[in-house]
Amino acid sequence: MTEVNPDILATFLEAVPYARFIGMSADRAGDEMTAVLPFSPHLVGNTHIPALHGGVLGAFMEMTALLQLSIIESQRRQPRTIDVTIEYLRPGRALTTYARADVRKVGRRIANVHVEAWQETRSSPVAALRGHFMLSPPTA
Amino acid sequence: MSDSPEYIEIAAGRMVRETPQAVALGIEFVSAEPGTATMKVGYRADLIGDPETGVLAGGVITTLLDHVCGLAVNTRHEGGGTATLDLRIDYMRSAEPGRAVFGRAHCYKLTRSIAFVRAIAFEDDPDDPIATAQGAFALAGAPAKS
Repeated sequence: MTEVNPDILATFLEAVPYARFIGMSADRAGDEMTAVLPFSPHLVGNTHIPALHGGVLGAFMEMTALLQLSIIESQRRQPRTIDVTIEYLRPGRALTTYARADVRKVGRRIANVHVEAWQETRSSPVAALRGHFMLSPPTA
Repeated sequence: MSDSPEYIEIAAGRMVRETPQAVALGIEFVSAEPGTATMKVGYRADLIGDPETGVLAGGVITTLLDHVCGLAVNTRHEGGGTATLDLRIDYMRSAEPGRAVFGRAHCYKLTRSIAFVRAIAFEDDPDDPIATAQGAFALAGAPAKS
């Protein structure tokens, strides 16, 4: 593992316009990280429940995977998403949502990452994502 | 605007004008007929996912595809609500910076409780997709067992 830049999360979140658009942040503890998505009215996809848009939950979990990869892998460029499978387990209510990524495998070029998102209770996730990501060559 | 049946126009209008996330992304209704629907999202600097390339965030495509899949289901499920069960998205290539992205969905099978949908995202040529998607949607108000 390469040395970790302590500000890498802040740098990433500051530099990526879409991360600011949804308003996500991240708490880091060593090589572990919890991504945080505070509720905001513009994230709603169903006004009757009200519930977060499923696309936003998927996007948040994809960003969480990219962030986690940026912590553990020294990347010259952002990894590129190859595919994601998103499973919706419960409506994302008008509450703060959290997500954690589990990097299942990092190969030479491709990483496999699982992400789970929850709100009040981690054991009752609202959604999960599995994805493959193309890594860029490591920084020289 | 298309000359879709009125219930489809109503569903589409609701989805683009009364859904806060669709309004925030600027998703527009393009066309719909029973079984298929098309929407688009314009390029915007605040939706960029990779600041080095200026490419739109994958999440924008995810939300567009999820949303247009929902409308495709509603074209065959008049007045009913839907909930996404799962959605798989394959990214063939990056979206071209500066260009609007279209999402087109086809609801090819509807059972009493579940809808099956395929979708693509592209700039102007559906045969050169940015991404393809496949999803299953639960129909609200459907019987628990079919």
